[in-house]
Amino acid sequence: MTSIWTQLEPLLARVQKPARYIGCEDGAQTPVHSDDKVSWLLAYPDTYEIGLPNQGLQILYEIINERDDAIAERTYAPWTDLEVLLRAHGLPLFSVDTHHPAGDFDIFAFNLSAELVYTNVLNCIDLAGVPVRAADRRPEHPLIGAGGHCTYNPEPLADFLDFAVLGDGEEVVSEITEVVGAWKADGRHDRRDVLVALARIPGVYVPALYDVTYLSDGRIESVTSSVAPIPVEKRTIADLGEWPYPKNQLVPLTEVVHDRLNVEVFRGCTRGCRFCQAGMITRPVRERPADQVRHMIKSGLQRTGYDEVALTSLSTADFSGIERVVADTAGEDNVSVSLPSLRVDAFTVGIAAQIQKARRTGLTFAPEAGSWRMRQVINKLITEDDLYGAVESAYSQGWRRMKLYFLTGLPTETDEDTLGIAELARKCVEIGRKYHNGASVTVSVGGFVPKPFTPFQWFGQNTVVELTRKVNLLRDALRRDKGVQLKWHDPKATLIEGLASRGDRRLGPVIEQVWRNGGVFQEWSEHFNLGLWEDAMADHGLSADWYVHRHRTEDEVLPWDHMSAGLHKDFLWQDWRDALAEVGLPDCRWTPCYDCGACTGYGIEHIVASAAPPAGGSQGTGQLVFLSSGAR
Amino acid sequence: MNSRYRIRFSKLGKIRFTSHRDVARMWERALRRATLPVAYTEGFSPHPKLSFGLALSTSHESLGEYLDIDMAEPVDVERIAARLDPCLPIGLDVQAAAEIESGTPSLQQVVTSCTWRIEVVGLGPAELAERVDGCLSADSLVVTRERKGHKVTDDLRPAILSLEMVDQRAELVAELATQPRGVRPSELIAVLASQPDDELVEGHVCRLHQWLSTDGAREEPLPFPHRATLAPHAEARAS
Repeated sequence: MTSIWTQLEPLLARVQKPARYIGCEDGAQTPVHSDDKVSWLLAYPDTYEIGLPNQGLQILYEIINERDDAIAERTYAPWTDLEVLLRAHGLPLFSVDTHHPAGDFDIFAFNLSAELVYTNVLNCIDLAGVPVRAADRRPEHPLIGAGGHCTYNPEPLADFLDFAVLGDGEEVVSEITEVVGAWKADGRHDRRDVLVALARIPGVYVPALYDVTYLSDGRIESVTSSVAPIPVEKRTIADLGEWPYPKNQLVPLTEVVHDRLNVEVFRGCTRGCRFCQAGMITRPVRERPADQVRHMIKSGLQRTGYDEVALTSLSTADFSGIERVVADTAGEDNVSVSLPSLRVDAFTVGIAAQIQKARRTGLTFAPEAGSWRMRQVINKLITEDDLYGAVESAYSQGWRRMKLYFLTGLPTETDEDTLGIAELARKCVEIGRKYHNGASVTVSVGGFVPKPFTPFQWFGQNTVVELTRKVNLLRDALRRDKGVQLKWHDPKATLIEGLASRGDRRLGPVIEQVWRNGGVFQEWSEHFNLGLWEDAMADHGLSADWYVHRHRTEDEVLPWDHMSAGLHKDFLWQDWRDALAEVGLPDCRWTPCYDCGACTGYGIEHIVASAAPPAGGSQGTGQLVFLSSGAR
Repeated sequence: MNSRYRIRFSKLGKIRFTSHRDVARMWERALRRATLPVAYTEGFSPHPKLSFGLALSTSHESLGEYLDIDMAEPVDVERIAARLDPCLPIGLDVQAAAEIESGTPSLQQVVTSCTWRIEVVGLGPAELAERVDGCLSADSLVVTRERKGHKVTDDLRPAILSLEMVDQRAELVAELATQPRGVRPSELIAVLASQPDDELVEGHVCRLHQWLSTDGAREEPLPFPHRATLAPHAEARAS
């Protein structure tokens, strides 16, 4: 079978948003499959609108298709209406580029950015006509792989993945292609052969090659392997400037999230926010050269016809020379710039004035916690003055509303800290009212989920009851404040995120049962079903309380201890002790090294164009001024 | 002083599964890529001055879609198609362009009917022919629908201006009025499904023409130029 388009076409008139399934984006490729090429199907296990903009997937799509010995196509999780029709008509999951059956690819690789999509992964594998359990697959089946931030703890999916990749994918996809190509050329006999060969590639983890033993109290005793390395080290590209991808960002025909040009200005972050997994696992900081950024913006806008560009990173205001780049771009005709991850301590009137030149995009700040004490615990060292300064800049430049993101359920959090959120929001509205009568803020509160490879990996997550109580505290406190709109993430979903985030491979049967009982699209509130998870946990004799709410001790073997993000475990432990002592830690980009391990272990360094932090605010020092001369 | 241009375009192949709003965004991007001097609205959120004709349902194709564009300065009409075509996604193609007076009433106001080619699935040609005859000989075709909690009854017969079968296939060509009470292809199919248990489904549907009447004469907002007869590969390329 080559394309199922003719069978699919009549079904598309009967589903919601059929443009999700047609491909045809500008930048899409329609490669020709052949026996001497390794075929990759890159999957994002959520809807097209969420998955298409994913930059990681688009980068790998281009890199693989540039090779002579490989091709890559894309697929996304079909919405439930199409799934029903596919199953009723005996049609498989397909690629959107050439509508090729998913089961015919050599490698079927998933981007895992969030835990609640795990059941969708199983559903996609099953829709491809492939056994969901790795142990049941035969040589003719695709190798099921995964990458993305969740693979730093791939254990809950150990039963289903043939391999997982840790870290940057730019280089490792080529090494995987070569190993699989050789296996394919050799007749594609024993699946174990290729798995053992894959496990020899740095950054590649093959769960089936590891044995896990448990203590009588349920904790892990040991993880061992006779053929595969321990630990599996993450991959890191040394210089982002060598990888100016995506060169042809996909321009979808239908509306998607982040529907704009995206240019990644740096990777990695050393602000050291203790709750932030991305900031820990993507170190060190690697800036893209400013000239390359300018070129990617200019040529990207020309090619795509977009009128908005987002400069992406974990903290874009930290990019050396950010004001210049923003000013140059916003000077173009009717082009608006959005800076998705803005630290309030670097948001100045200058930036505020620049980014609203063409069109006012939404503005979001993430103070994360409501009190200075709490922000010292989580090492998000922005002062109230920083926040109010940023908010004043924005209101004075014409914004009328903004979003503030907070976490609740953080370590050591008291009700005073939680209520500080309401206080901050109220004061922001007060500042706004000086400029506009209708000024308002939207406060978005998420329950904190401790993540692997962060100093909080030992912390017992708040219970659903406790998180709900804290949300209610805020609701009561803000009841009379017309200018503040409160939104919150469902604490029940937070519980399951916590389960998958720090779970181990004993959760495999739980995930499988939830999926078999119809639990797909669990990250969508209309589909999320806590009951399915509770039943499955009970059926397998497992306790969510034990997995999610339990504090870990220093000596406990964590399910991801045989992985490495380069960070020394004793650095993380010390940072956890510092958190409890309310000690902040300034950014190591501009201060001496703390020996976290991310640079030294891999012989790479921060690539930062400016020797001094950007102007404005307290700059993460907790002090008000920390500027050397010429910091601009 | 802005100049206004009217463009006629086709929407064929896979792209028919995109929505009317999606198509509007494709045009905005294409116009930016083609660096045509489109006029923008003033204010906090400037957007290009574009005005689309009657919305086309998602999954319907068309050989006669229209778009009016205000340009900040005059452009060479002959070059518009050449500039835009490479910037449009596969399946959207410019067929004709002309300058129009800026006071020209909007397409939604002046288009009175559309000609459709409608494939009917679930009925043989002979049976369909009978239904077509029945439909045409009826004095009225009253349908009832729910609208804001109230039952509304309409007679669709006056809006069916012409209806015939294509050769002997289960395919219709119908001219359906768009005002005062317009009829959509799906409503026509529902009328043809005389029994409630009929499983009639619309297959491929293509809008062939939009018509406006000037002093009783029927004409297209922009005629389909002879030189631009649809290339035989266009449909194949788009699907």
